[in-house]
Amino acid sequence: MIDILNSVIPTALFFSAPLIFTALGGVFSERSGVVNIGLEGLMVMGAFVGVVFNLTFADVFGAWTPWISVLVAAIIGGIFSIIHAVASVSFRAEQVVSGVAINFLALGIGVFLTKQWYDKGQTDMVSQPFSSTNIPVLSHIPVIGKMFFQGVYTSSYVAIILAFVAWYVLYKTSFGLRLRAVGEHPMAADTNGINVTKMRYTAVIISGVLGGIGGSVFALTIAANFSATTIVGQGFMSLAAVIFGKWHPLGAMGAALFFGFAQSLSIVSAGIPYLSNVPQVILLIAPYVLTILALAGFIGRAEAPKANGVPYIKGSR
Amino acid sequence: MQANNRLFSILVPVISVLLGLIAGAIIMLISGHNPIAGYAALWRGAFGDAYTIGETIRRTTPYILSGLAIAFAFRANLFNIGAEGQVIVGWLAAVWVGLAFDAPMYIHLPLALLAAWVAGALWGFIPGLLKAKLGVHEVIVTIMMNYIALYSTNEIIRSILTNNQTTTEHIPASASLASGYLQSITMFSRMHYGILIALFAAVVMWFLIERTTIGYELKAVGFNPHASRYAGMNVSKNIIWSMVIAGGFGGLAGAMEGLGTYGTITVLASFSNIGFDGIAVALLGANNPFGVIISALLFGALKEGAGEMPTGAGVPTELVDIIIALIIFFVASSYIIRWAITRFKKEGK
Repeated sequence: MIDILNSVIPTALFFSAPLIFTALGGVFSERSGVVNIGLEGLMVMGAFVGVVFNLTFADVFGAWTPWISVLVAAIIGGIFSIIHAVASVSFRAEQVVSGVAINFLALGIGVFLTKQWYDKGQTDMVSQPFSSTNIPVLSHIPVIGKMFFQGVYTSSYVAIILAFVAWYVLYKTSFGLRLRAVGEHPMAADTNGINVTKMRYTAVIISGVLGGIGGSVFALTIAANFSATTIVGQGFMSLAAVIFGKWHPLGAMGAALFFGFAQSLSIVSAGIPYLSNVPQVILLIAPYVLTILALAGFIGRAEAPKANGVPYIKGSR
Repeated sequence: MQANNRLFSILVPVISVLLGLIAGAIIMLISGHNPIAGYAALWRGAFGDAYTIGETIRRTTPYILSGLAIAFAFRANLFNIGAEGQVIVGWLAAVWVGLAFDAPMYIHLPLALLAAWVAGALWGFIPGLLKAKLGVHEVIVTIMMNYIALYSTNEIIRSILTNNQTTTEHIPASASLASGYLQSITMFSRMHYGILIALFAAVVMWFLIERTTIGYELKAVGFNPHASRYAGMNVSKNIIWSMVIAGGFGGLAGAMEGLGTYGTITVLASFSNIGFDGIAVALLGANNPFGVIISALLFGALKEGAGEMPTGAGVPTELVDIIIALIIFFVASSYIIRWAITRFKKEGK
């Protein structure tokens, strides 16, 4: 049993990290009332920028390259998400449609530039990906040490810590209160002097930053290169995590960990008794089936922020 | 106001397409390509000779149906992102029935099409039911249904339809939409009889929406569910029906690929994008069945023509994806286009 956990838990953490980052971004955006179907596209952008930066500057930054790549991907992700903010906040576009367009656009730009710069459909493998480490001190704890802290990726723990930071920001600061108010009842928030447009722009940009981080972490830990099929559904799975986690940062993190766990099971299940007989497809579709069940109220009712998806028009009731 | 609205509903898509093409030209300029050569190659790739015209129509066929799948649901104010999943299960069902038995064509082909319709309709029924009875947002459910469709279909191809192969056998001629005649007049493109089904489906949608009580109720529920309920309409029944019919169109779009273009189904590494492109088709076509035909032809031509751009002008095909994404943005942001037009008019006076 311990052996199984030793192989499953690091894999689960490894697969969850990108989902956690992106899902947290989704929580910020949706809590402010902007639906973000574009998470997938933001991850694509992050993966593309992360890989290209890594390939280009690996010689300059050495071992620091993956971290700086993630940082750059975060910045570009934030800038890219402004398109979604402009369309859905200022131009009052249907937010789902704008999100779909973000997904198309990110993939189009990513692959277009890849072909333009590398003359082929996919980039080379990055030379400086994230590598697994043993976390000092903690990895020496008996039993748990081996399970959670040996051969893991630091990015996974950064993601988990960030979820707590996000929870603190959303629930313990006035900024968070304002952000949630704008998503629940923008008119009341506006009456109280909160700038609805500014709050929503900020929230969408945060989601772009986190989506960019999520995509680049995925590319630099799991995929190691960029092509049209690097990000296939991780963004939508993160969106599922947002909803399964009931639009709460810690809930989203838990859901992302769970989905990561399901994915890791589908990969290592062959070596596990009992599970080797379960068809892989069951584990692959589990996150999506569970999300539908959660929405339907079989696993606790998931209630969206009230003004989610509704453009705010001053003076309308 | 009425005339104004009609004017806008034509102007907005036209302006959006123009803006998208201009943006594409600018991107080509910046990335060091000649936009005129690029668009010339695009045109040659889409309408250059009989073969490319045939292929463009072949590509347009499923777009019309997936566009209808989204447009029909939009009329009832439902956003059917699940067209992609409906396409996949429709494709699977059509090929499955095609392979399962032998029968004369007049039984086999309709049965395969019906299977595709039913599979897509079922994939629309689930989100429709959840929306109608439990108020669950259809966007999220349909996204999840897409993935369930993708992974389950792949599994069925591998373990039921084949023995761990990635592609099924070719369907027999009795279930095929392939047309020797259409192929011979288009220099052996893969154009098939499906285009007639797609055009007929558009007429069916027009008839349903404009000429039947069902269509009237669907629209009413879309405009205002509360008022419809007070008027004695069964709101949840209408929501379910609109998702079922929309899903059926999506399933048929899959049948076009399964029975027409390929005659097989292959394990998909990622989505076919026919359903997602249908969103663009429906939006640009203003959710009108005849608008959908025109915009499906536009996107079919863009996608087909894109194939010629790398060899003809050195431009990566993905430029077209960028253009399509921008067109969606512009249509979605029609508020700002309307605002600009109104502003322009006022200043003109």
